[in-house]
Amino acid sequence: MTSDNRPVFLTFSRRTPLKKWVRRETFAGWLFVLPALLMYAFFVLVPLLLTILYSFYRWNGVGPMKWVGFNNYLTVFEVPDLLGTIVNAFWLVMWFSIIPVGIGLVVASVIHRVATGRFGSVARTVLFLPQVIALVAAGIIWGWLLALPGVINQILKSIGLGAITRAWLGDFTFALPSVGVIGIWVLLGFCTVLLLTGMTKIDPALYESARIDGASWLQEFVGITVPLLRNEIGVCLTVTVINALAAFDIVYVATAGGPGNSTSVPGIQIYILAFTQRAIGLASALAVMLMILVVVVVIPIQRLSRESA
Amino acid sequence: MKIARSELWSGRVFLVLMMAFTILPFISIFMTALHPSGTVPNGLEWPAHPQWGNFVEAFKQAQMPKLLLSSIFIVIAVVPVSLIISTMAGFGIGLLRITGAPVLLLLFVFGLTLPFPGIIIPIYFLERTLHIYNTRLAIVLPLIALYMPFAVFWMRAHFVNMPGEISDAARVDGASTWDLFWQIHVPLARAPIASLGILMCVWTWNQFLLPLVLVEDPSQRTMAGGLGAFQGHYATDIPLLCAGTILILVPTLVTFVLFQRQIIAALIQGSVKG
Repeated sequence: MTSDNRPVFLTFSRRTPLKKWVRRETFAGWLFVLPALLMYAFFVLVPLLLTILYSFYRWNGVGPMKWVGFNNYLTVFEVPDLLGTIVNAFWLVMWFSIIPVGIGLVVASVIHRVATGRFGSVARTVLFLPQVIALVAAGIIWGWLLALPGVINQILKSIGLGAITRAWLGDFTFALPSVGVIGIWVLLGFCTVLLLTGMTKIDPALYESARIDGASWLQEFVGITVPLLRNEIGVCLTVTVINALAAFDIVYVATAGGPGNSTSVPGIQIYILAFTQRAIGLASALAVMLMILVVVVVIPIQRLSRESA
Repeated sequence: MKIARSELWSGRVFLVLMMAFTILPFISIFMTALHPSGTVPNGLEWPAHPQWGNFVEAFKQAQMPKLLLSSIFIVIAVVPVSLIISTMAGFGIGLLRITGAPVLLLLFVFGLTLPFPGIIIPIYFLERTLHIYNTRLAIVLPLIALYMPFAVFWMRAHFVNMPGEISDAARVDGASTWDLFWQIHVPLARAPIASLGILMCVWTWNQFLLPLVLVEDPSQRTMAGGLGAFQGHYATDIPLLCAGTILILVPTLVTFVLFQRQIIAALIQGSVKG
């Protein structure tokens, strides 16, 4: 009887005060969130909406704005140099994302297999170094490395490949892959460490039994590491893909989009259109397309890695 | 363990090669920086007479004292404010679990996918309207906002895992929500706050596009923004450019060596929890 009565008694006597307390808590809680929310809304969300708005106008930044509907978007599709930036962005996804994640997987699994001690942690730290320096600095450093008298050509000459030396960043065919190498250099450590962290969570017994059966590195890699790391691989791809599509610093410093438009990516083109050519509407249309592109590319990656995890 | 010796060694050689690939660029610019200013040396060549004075020269040419002060000012204006407001927001969303918390979280996380070049144009016009364009505030305010998605997300991840008993006990003692936050939970959150703070210092120092667009005078920018301008002037004087680059790298590299555990943890966990 008492046990039946108690809940009734409790809900009855505490209903009003509890609700009031919760409401007061929510009010106070919102006050806690408010400063961050306001800053974020004013300098990120409002600009986001304004970018969309600008993209429907023709505007030079000072004069009157003229409504042009979807014309700016059509222009992006019609002008090869503008559409080319989107194509280049996809190439950069390969160089800044797929390749570093691939190499990172290999490096992490090698560390996991043959260098679990001191050597492994040194390797991890060293590989991570480029991640903390300014991307501008990375661009300047590699601009020099890839120059005609730079160390890359020096190495090529010393191994008898003098015939292929060139000013890599000034070459129409090789400028984009060269920028890609800079991206690999910067991102490899991040990918390696992220994936290695994931690997240490895999049950060691799996590796142990595989090794007792005499599994090679490759069998271990294909059979255990890659399938069980799907979640981490997805995270790694997501982060690097966003970086690749939003790339600006490295490209601006290393090539500024050139030679011609061979390394021009959306970030660079938006900057040039808006701040040197004063085509605000067109730049905004490209910006909106870039933002949609990020979402369109990232969502399937998230889906794939989550489903299997 | 059944790993053949040959495999052990080939694996190690592979890792050494990867480390060489990572380190080589640093060695190359260091050697180049020591060559006489104005010459074009080979990429990897120890100079006959190392010109240590190049660092002094670059320090002067790049207006380094001004740039250093400017960067430090920007870091001091950005990081504490960002830490306080993101910790508060993380507390509200993760611990108080206010109504609408999931939506708020989603809204902040959405910001993680936004490519920054996509929103820079309206920020420029907004700041012209507010008359803060070309001042340090032009860098400070958007930076705080840009850090919110990662920072709120990171702090919320800490608070959401705090056991409820801690808060209940404080409530019974009659603590207000602010006391609960300031006296109990902020001290407990010192580690994630510190990691976040270190990370934001490095990010601010390295910020480039924002200062490039919003501040015309390079000496009012952050270090990386100033370096970009320096490169524009000294692109042809390679030893000096390398010396200037090294000067700008050293603080971040030292920070990394001192705080590598926090930096790596924050970057990796910050993305994995996404």
